Amino acid sequence: MSTQNLISEITNEYLKTDLPEFRPGDRVKVSVRIKEGSRERIQVFEGLVIKKQGGGVSETFTVRKVSFGVGIERTFPVHTPAIAKIEVVRKGKVRRAKLNYIRGRSAKQSRIKERR
Amino acid sequence: MAKGILGTKVGMTQIFNDAGKLVPVTVVKCEPNVVLQKKTNETDGYEAVQLGYKDKRESLANKPERGHVAKSNTNPKRYIREIIGKELGNFEVGQEIGVNIFESGEIVDVTGTSKGKGFQGNIKRHNQSRGPMTHGSHYHRGPGSMGPIDPMHVRKGKNLPGHMGAERVTIQNLEIVTVDEEKNLLLIKGNVPGPRRGLLFIKNGIKQGDIEVLNPEQYIKQEEPETQEQPETQEKPEAQEETIKEES
Repeated sequence: MSTQNLISEITNEYLKTDLPEFRPGDRVKVSVRIKEGSRERIQVFEGLVIKKQGGGVSETFTVRKVSFGVGIERTFPVHTPAIAKIEVVRKGKVRRAKLNYIRGRSAKQSRIKERR
Repeated sequence: MAKGILGTKVGMTQIFNDAGKLVPVTVVKCEPNVVLQKKTNETDGYEAVQLGYKDKRESLANKPERGHVAKSNTNPKRYIREIIGKELGNFEVGQEIGVNIFESGEIVDVTGTSKGKGFQGNIKRHNQSRGPMTHGSHYHRGPGSMGPIDPMHVRKGKNLPGHMGAERVTIQNLEIVTVDEEKNLLLIKGNVPGPRRGLLFIKNGIKQGDIEVLNPEQYIKQEEPETQEQPETQEKPEAQEETIKEES
């Protein structure tokens, strides 16, 4: 067996199959599992997907939201078991893959058209 | 004083741990190693086990090699290495040592041959700093001063350009993340020396203290019918490991 096949065989078991399709520009709700001692609860992080990076098991995406006037960005591995669910709230129409320009924009300027 | 196994570097990837974090791992393929010879204090003056790894074609082996492997009823081996110490001494000639001598969470040392870099200057080879490239400096990437004038020669050990890489390197205290007995794989956290398909020697961590002598019956697959006993036997080495960690 080739080395690439062997490596993909190892990582395939970690890949999720029930993921919704989402792109940069979309607004998503990410349900994150948080462990507090023995208890586990779910926290929702809702925001704009500003980029997706990597491929395979190490693919990640970054979600940005503005909380009390402070911009917060969190990067998650797409296939991590720490994410219970990803829900697409709104599809956005954007013309680039990395939306880093949105960081410097005001709330009014950073509006994104909806994709139909 | 060690237990160990020979393997081949397959490549690197990432897997998720229990907390959902990505862990970088190196995949190492360790097809079972065959014990070719046992060296003892009486005959050789020291105790060691000689391991053979990876079959090669019969035509590549000369007559002495063929005679040597005939004693253990195996094919000629491409790589033959010794492990000094009596930890593997209970294995008999001809028996196979597999990845199951290790378990996940164990700390190991990995030895390999680093990637060759060719003839390199001081900046890459010895981590020296560069001079200014502009302002008429005339000193850009040179090796620096050759030392004091008094001895009338360059002192030994002066860092100079030369061949870099392709040398034996050991990385200590790497953690084994997963042991895959079916596919004969070890997943080791972090990177290990050498190119893909390079030979690796994986031993128990020398800084984790001594380990106990292994009992081959626990590790040899032929006893699969006794499935009830196997879990019991596999618990024993865990208990040993814990005591070792407490000591160290």
